[in-house]
Amino acid sequence: MKHRTFFWFFLPTGLAMLLFIAAPIVSVVMQSVFAPHEAVLIEVENCTPLSGCTTETTIDQDATRDLRESAPLGRFVGLDVYLDRGHLAVSEFKEAWATAENWGQFFDSLGNLPFYRAMAFTLTFTFTVTPLLIALGLTIALAVNTLHRHLKGPLIFFSLLPMIVNPLLGSLILFWMIDSRGVLGSLIQYLANDPGLSLKASTPLMWISLIVYGVWHSAPFAFVVFYAGLQTLPQDQLEAAQIDGATRWQQVRFVIIPHLMPLMTFVALIQLMDNFRVLEPIVGFNASAHAQSLSWIILNDLSGETQQLSAASATSVLTIIGVAILLSPVLVRTWRDFKGKT
Amino acid sequence: MASKAQQMPTGLKITTFGFIAIWFIVASFPFFWTLWGSFKVELDFFSINDWTNALTGPRTEATYGTSFTGAGYEGAWIKEEFWKNVINTAIVCFFVVCTSLTIGTLGGYALSRSGFRYVFWLLMAALIFRAMPPVTLVSGYLLPFFEWNLWGKLPTTIIVLVAINQPFTLWMLHSFFQNIPKELDESAKVDGCTQFQAFRHVIVPVMWPGVITTGLFSFLLAYNDYAITTLLLSESNRTMVPAIAAFLGTTQTEGNVMFAVAAVVSAVAPLFILVMFFQRQIVSGLTAGAVKG
Repeated sequence: MKHRTFFWFFLPTGLAMLLFIAAPIVSVVMQSVFAPHEAVLIEVENCTPLSGCTTETTIDQDATRDLRESAPLGRFVGLDVYLDRGHLAVSEFKEAWATAENWGQFFDSLGNLPFYRAMAFTLTFTFTVTPLLIALGLTIALAVNTLHRHLKGPLIFFSLLPMIVNPLLGSLILFWMIDSRGVLGSLIQYLANDPGLSLKASTPLMWISLIVYGVWHSAPFAFVVFYAGLQTLPQDQLEAAQIDGATRWQQVRFVIIPHLMPLMTFVALIQLMDNFRVLEPIVGFNASAHAQSLSWIILNDLSGETQQLSAASATSVLTIIGVAILLSPVLVRTWRDFKGKT
Repeated sequence: MASKAQQMPTGLKITTFGFIAIWFIVASFPFFWTLWGSFKVELDFFSINDWTNALTGPRTEATYGTSFTGAGYEGAWIKEEFWKNVINTAIVCFFVVCTSLTIGTLGGYALSRSGFRYVFWLLMAALIFRAMPPVTLVSGYLLPFFEWNLWGKLPTTIIVLVAINQPFTLWMLHSFFQNIPKELDESAKVDGCTQFQAFRHVIVPVMWPGVITTGLFSFLLAYNDYAITTLLLSESNRTMVPAIAAFLGTTQTEGNVMFAVAAVVSAVAPLFILVMFFQRQIVSGLTAGAVKG
């Protein structure tokens, strides 16, 4: 295909991505180094014949508006927004480091800083949900694969539902069930023999609920991918292993899992990136008092009465950096594949 | 699984079957429970005394005379005007799917037929864009959208969703078109077609399976989006998902949780039907990227 033809074919989609993905990223980075203008203050001297002269400081409305209109981005502050208390909180971090007597105290004081609190939840969520969902997905795939083929179809159908439904709706459905007056909430109270138990009131229980939701939501994806992988499993390898006297577990461990390994890496990388952006379950579970994620902070900054653009932008940039770190293995692998091909 | 050696011992068979049964319940029970409960009053669905109330519905019977009531649906669809959100969702989904398939097909086809180096870099850029959480882009949209008075309108959101959807669409269609033999359109070009005519008359007739699968995923993205729609749409233009999120704030205090339950069931039902008809395409779409590695 000629360059010229390629250009015209690719133009619409390229333009869409350029304008609405690439340009916003640049603009987010820009906004994160600017802060809103402060009001322009003027000192007015009021002189009255009786009481003499007083000076008072007022906001010069006109000058403030002019300034805001002439430079809508705000004033340049460099990395200040990144370093402030709402983000990396460098000075608070140093103080915590200097004053804390042990690790527990250090982490306690970090827990009061919104960015580190969000980071703690985001990372815990990402790195517990991902292995759990892979294990569960693999088990389901192995079990379903032994079923009669008439049962497979309906089972895949019902397995797809938790994944296909929007996380907000899915988490709401679960949230209503684990409500202390809901069916699962009652069951948990009965099992724990504690009628006052409420998942909503305790931070660890809320984290566990969110993680359970995360696994419930994403395990079907792993299941479907692994199930497809099992269909391409070479039967002669399995038979050879049997002849050599491998037990069922050994067959899984030494034949099936190595065969599925590339798929596992694929699922793990996709899910690490997807779980890192966890947002909807926190909204659906109304859990923001106990668990916050980076995406949730951005949403919260942007949806308030006054939109805190520079704060949201700085968190966005930090989130993008986090995603980039998680993505780098994929990029390196694709690059190697490409090198190998040419 | 025919040979005798591969037959499972009874114990393992029972364990497997039990596990599958448990997974089946875990995956599907919440949906059925919520569907059933959406026809009850709040005091039954969230019963303090006895969880079986949600099944039998004594309070519902006391209030409405029967143990099933459409009051939640009536409240959501008519009082809270959920039908408007449904229409908005329909508009957004329709235009997102059409636009993103049109431009994505052209782009994906071009990527699959051009052997130059920049194709790789474009695909890499698309991969990076695909990994970007959409919510991080929103703060970049807000200033210009307010400035040019584009904020809150459906077309703006549609274009943004189309753009966010492009990387995935390109990857899917790129790999799909690569499986269509190049000889097909090259022979058309030998016969005197231009590249576009070759695409129009030779490729378009055979591309529908791939386009339908990709279209399904575009639809799901538009239907399920929360972050973009909630931040970029004004209150009157909200689609279903942000509308339900907004319900939660208002209804929980007014004791109208059942409105939200009914709205959630209404929003999940179309997906249920979609999976029923397109299960094979969804599964093949999910595995397409993976199996090829």
